[in-house]
Amino acid sequence: MAEVIRHDIVIVGGGAAGLRAAIAAVEADPSASVALVSKVYPMRSHTVSAEGGAAAVARDDDSLESHAFDTVKGSDFLGDQDVIQYFVEEAPKELTRLEHWGCPWSRNEDGSVATRAFGGMTTKRTWYATDKVGFHMLHTLFQHSMRFDRIVRYDEQFVTRLLVDGGAVRGVAAFDIREGVVRAILGRSVILATGGAGKIFPFTTNGNIKTGDGMALAYREGVPLKDMEFVQYHPTGLPGTGILITEATRGEGGHVKNKDGERFLVTRDYGVGNKAELGPRDMISRAIVQEIEAGRGLEGPYGQYALLDLTHLGQEKINSRLPMVRELAKIYANVDPVHEPIPIRPVVHYMMGGVDTDIDGATPMPGLYAAGEVACVSLNGANRLGSNSLTECLVFGARAGIKAVEFARGSSAGNESSCGAQADEEAARLEAARSGTGGGSEKISGLRNELNETMESGCGVYREQAAMDATVAKLAELKKRMSDVRIEDSSKVFNTQLIAALELDNMLEVAESLAVSAAHRRESRGAHTRRDATVRDDQNYLYHTLCYRDATGPRLDKKDVTLGTWVPEERKY
Amino acid sequence: MTDTKKFVVTRFDPDADEAPRQQSYEVPCQPDWKVLDALNYIKDEIDGTLSHRWSCRMAVCGSCGMMVNGKPSLTCKDRLSNYGDTVEVTPLANFPVVRDLVIEMDGFMEKFQSVKPWIITAKEKAVEEGTNRQSPDELDHFKQFSLCINCMLCYSACPVVGNEPEFIGPAAIALGHRYNMDSRDEGAHERNEVFRGEGTVFSCSYANECSEVCPKNVDPAAAVNQAKINAVIDWATSFVVPRQAARGEPTRGSASREASEDHRGGK
Repeated sequence: MAEVIRHDIVIVGGGAAGLRAAIAAVEADPSASVALVSKVYPMRSHTVSAEGGAAAVARDDDSLESHAFDTVKGSDFLGDQDVIQYFVEEAPKELTRLEHWGCPWSRNEDGSVATRAFGGMTTKRTWYATDKVGFHMLHTLFQHSMRFDRIVRYDEQFVTRLLVDGGAVRGVAAFDIREGVVRAILGRSVILATGGAGKIFPFTTNGNIKTGDGMALAYREGVPLKDMEFVQYHPTGLPGTGILITEATRGEGGHVKNKDGERFLVTRDYGVGNKAELGPRDMISRAIVQEIEAGRGLEGPYGQYALLDLTHLGQEKINSRLPMVRELAKIYANVDPVHEPIPIRPVVHYMMGGVDTDIDGATPMPGLYAAGEVACVSLNGANRLGSNSLTECLVFGARAGIKAVEFARGSSAGNESSCGAQADEEAARLEAARSGTGGGSEKISGLRNELNETMESGCGVYREQAAMDATVAKLAELKKRMSDVRIEDSSKVFNTQLIAALELDNMLEVAESLAVSAAHRRESRGAHTRRDATVRDDQNYLYHTLCYRDATGPRLDKKDVTLGTWVPEERKY
Repeated sequence: MTDTKKFVVTRFDPDADEAPRQQSYEVPCQPDWKVLDALNYIKDEIDGTLSHRWSCRMAVCGSCGMMVNGKPSLTCKDRLSNYGDTVEVTPLANFPVVRDLVIEMDGFMEKFQSVKPWIITAKEKAVEEGTNRQSPDELDHFKQFSLCINCMLCYSACPVVGNEPEFIGPAAIALGHRYNMDSRDEGAHERNEVFRGEGTVFSCSYANECSEVCPKNVDPAAAVNQAKINAVIDWATSFVVPRQAARGEPTRGSASREASEDHRGGK
């Protein structure tokens, strides 16, 4: 029998959203007991890799309305305007809280918090701590969370199933990676904060842990994934590794150039107007792809690329504002940006889609909440603006934490024997997979490579029907073959091959919902850009896509977009 | 363009092995690979039973610390071109081993938490009061010590940790010192009490190995040296000045900054 552990709230994921939710929960109810369950130690969470900054209105010449409109327009009018309004109002408070908790924000000479320019933002409203903002935010949150005895960490515990009873979530089944046992961790509400799923693509800024686990957990239990077709390509990743070179390089004045040294975002019409390099990410990624297709890219060992030129910024500015970029370029591209331009190409960075939630972070399943990249609260619509996502983790992590506590207070505990039985089933399933000792014929890395290839060919920067349909078919085939996956490692202790197989299973679920959602949307909006349907079609597609997992396969539905102050207009800068 | 190297990797599965053993792999390496790339190649293509931790592959998550040819290494940052035809990879020294290249972190996490790594103030500031003012100079006092990624290479390099496992170690001291040096913090006295306890700053033998191996140039040795001075000043001051008035001030003074510059000048 699986061991049963009881808490009031169970949070899955220890990045910015999960930690913020945990702190909000114990602050809202100091008697609440919170389990923080993560497949890694919290400071390893992928928040750590975010670089450029977090957006919130801070300057006298800025306004909440301006931040809201920039976000609405950036979303190509698919963001929910009530969510956006709440977000911009809470954003300054959240970043101020983080300041009080010790985040080392970069400062102006007068001691106030400094802000920098970012893509698609009208004015300087991105708070930063050099170019290690995610790192500093994550460590500040993690260290601050240690003050609270009521936050109980379960490090390196991989949640493989939600425990559901009477239609409501009652906890999670967690596989202890070190000990190889499954435990039932029960809570009256559960918050998913596991981040995105960039690893379904071959070329991504995302770390190895970004395998869509939370999305798959919810999806398997009948909770819909929303707007999955919208995948953000960041314009500037290092060829080969996909390592992120922050948008702050352009915020600080960097130029994007082709092989002729031409600033094509200035000289040619890519829709970014006089924003040039500070246009939104979807448009700049498309521009780079078009330059390469027109033969104006450079050829390298990892394919064609463009250039990000910072040389005119000078050593002093690069060292003080962009020290990590310099370090990364030197180590991973053998280029010192003080003296030479950095080779870059668009790279999968962020999922606008995720587990469907309302403004409270509540999913359609009673007791289940989600926040951060795993969720789709509809802040980002069809294209997220750079520096909105770190703030999103705080604003909606906090809200989910508070709402989960409220829900827990009003709800009864689930049927413990039913939850225990589900955890036992899960233990038996994992035990069978582990002790299969290599019976299957499909190699994990082989399936993963095929998944990656088909996602890039069907759901890349530019899409068309036939390629998307082929990807949908390929994914169905891969899911079948997944049942014959080979696991040679029979050890109970830190069996990372078993974990990799479970992660691959999650990735396939998420990938299928993404491809099916993409293939159905016959228009171009934000990051979903089709060669065979090149314009936005508000008549037929101004809605959120919901994707449900039925027994027969993915099933699509629609959800209304919440409009408000701003009616959709042509998105031109 | 590939160059085949032999990797000799420590394997240990407590379920099956009585003692750690060595296993060799021939790996076709790309010229721009880091050590981690070769380990991932082994895992994906040669032997799926090898266990190691990694995630960001960009030297910021701190997961992939190991010993490479006997020296602590952040393997995602460490170029294979630094090594010859044979590369030996073993788990981080001075830690218990869980499995293969995976070490146990429980002790480190306890030490980390013991220095109270959070802002301590007498009165909590309300959000409505806005942000604290902190000058760029005040930020510089602690910024360097806030850059630790918790990769624990310094614990592997530290001769004191090797002899005295209870020593809270370079990263934890640097972290506590980071908060002591923060102009927003009022908890220096509490942390100095921790630092005056057994197995903390005064156990350090000035070997400086921690700063030598730090992949992020945090310079924990400088933090330890400054923390020693401040812990003594704080103790001495407590006799002559009432506690509240003494709160932290001497520990954040210019003396600490000069100590830091002296240290750097001496390198």
